[in-house]
Amino acid sequence: MTTAERVPKDKITVEGLTGDAAIAHALKQSDVDVLAAYPITPQTIIVEDFQRFAADGEVHTKVIPVESEHSAMSACVGASAVGARVATASASAGLALMWEILYCAASMRMPIVFTVANRALSAPINIHNDHSDGMGMRDSGFIQLYCQSCQEAYDTTIMAFRLAEDHDVLLPVMVGIDGFILSHNVERVEMLPDDAVRKFLGVRVPVQPLDPKNPITMGPLALTDYYFEFKEQQDRAMWNVPKAYKKVEAEFKKLTGRSYGMFEEYKTKDADIVILAMSTMGGTAKTVADVLRKKGEKIGVIRLKMFRPFPAKEIAKAVGSAKAVMIFEKAMSFGAVTSPLALEVKSALYDVEKKPLVVDFVVGLGGRDVPPETFVQGIEKTKKYLGKGKAPMYETLGVRK
Amino acid sequence: MSEKFDEIPMAGNIIEPGNAKRYKTGGWRAQRPVHSPENCLWIKNGTCGRCWIFCPDMAVRLIEKNGNRFYEYDYDYCKGCGICANECPTDSIRMESE
Repeated sequence: MTTAERVPKDKITVEGLTGDAAIAHALKQSDVDVLAAYPITPQTIIVEDFQRFAADGEVHTKVIPVESEHSAMSACVGASAVGARVATASASAGLALMWEILYCAASMRMPIVFTVANRALSAPINIHNDHSDGMGMRDSGFIQLYCQSCQEAYDTTIMAFRLAEDHDVLLPVMVGIDGFILSHNVERVEMLPDDAVRKFLGVRVPVQPLDPKNPITMGPLALTDYYFEFKEQQDRAMWNVPKAYKKVEAEFKKLTGRSYGMFEEYKTKDADIVILAMSTMGGTAKTVADVLRKKGEKIGVIRLKMFRPFPAKEIAKAVGSAKAVMIFEKAMSFGAVTSPLALEVKSALYDVEKKPLVVDFVVGLGGRDVPPETFVQGIEKTKKYLGKGKAPMYETLGVRK
Repeated sequence: MSEKFDEIPMAGNIIEPGNAKRYKTGGWRAQRPVHSPENCLWIKNGTCGRCWIFCPDMAVRLIEKNGNRFYEYDYDYCKGCGICANECPTDSIRMESE
């Protein structure tokens, strides 16, 4: 973890990679000690590619082909407990089966990197993208980073280890890519040389590993008298994330010239309407903003990368003087006041004196395409709501009704 | 038990082996065993001791001092499971609500 220097161009490998393959390459270079996973679409290629690297002797990772995702995350917790650098991958139903152990991983403070190709939950069974699985694990204590491009997936996976293993943090990180939209689409990816990644990440220094020479007990019973204090510790660790994340990103930027921030702001300064979306929808939103700006409409975009911890103050500031924030999100919280992302944004804006109107659209469930036209429809509706001065708490868009 | 969140090890890890002794589980008890010496075989002739054998928390104390025998419970660790009362052949132990 020395001061990094920009890696010269001739040392960088450029390849056309799917989002899954980009993550597999990042894991390969991250000197992972143990990877335990169970295959599930659309994450499969991550582990498939990684298994090939292992079989070909390109990595010295112990790959554990477990019998279920519940076991996958359990094996990860065990390996992480002895001080190993650990990764796994899953999606949808697989992620749901991990649910119990997700909480263990986070509360036992295991810095596991968990790459997820976000996919809809059953029923009906559906293999395509939405964010139901990510939002389902929302309160598990994982840090959540959602990526827009294959390059970002590669970069974020590498950075995730540094963030997770930071001694002020020690929490697992979910790195999310949109299933199929990113996991199976080929994009240009610049890859660092192995030694640069190795130097950037260093070797994990565990704080309290399981060690027969110095025996300790992990995950014991804590009831009414101590449990709450451990949750206080965990919560505080989560709020150390923004500072640690900025530090990791700054160093990564020195190496590559690339950084993403907790969220990306695009033409928001003078925007009347700010579109707020996560993952690949951010790309479409930026194109929509460009086209509409040519027609004289002041549209900006915030593409949120870090959902947990939620950068509330920063978002409230970034939304600034806009008249409306139009949220596009791919998850529903049945029976909730509004949908997960809007819940956060509305809470973030509660103490702001001059609040923009928050308009929430649930889109793209089960992989339903969200083309630029849907954004334009949303913007037209938002303008109408601005005229009336109020909007529904949320509504669906792009569904036959 | 008065330690604040930053005065205890991370994530509930027990970094000092054997410290379960310091965890007084007597607080879990809903019923407490009460001993009456009249028919107790330990008091009578120093035999039996079934309660001592079966107690899962080593909370039964059979004491012998200067030829006299005494009987007591360590209420710091007795969880009130009632095994001693169940095993007693002379019904010398009864469970009373806390």
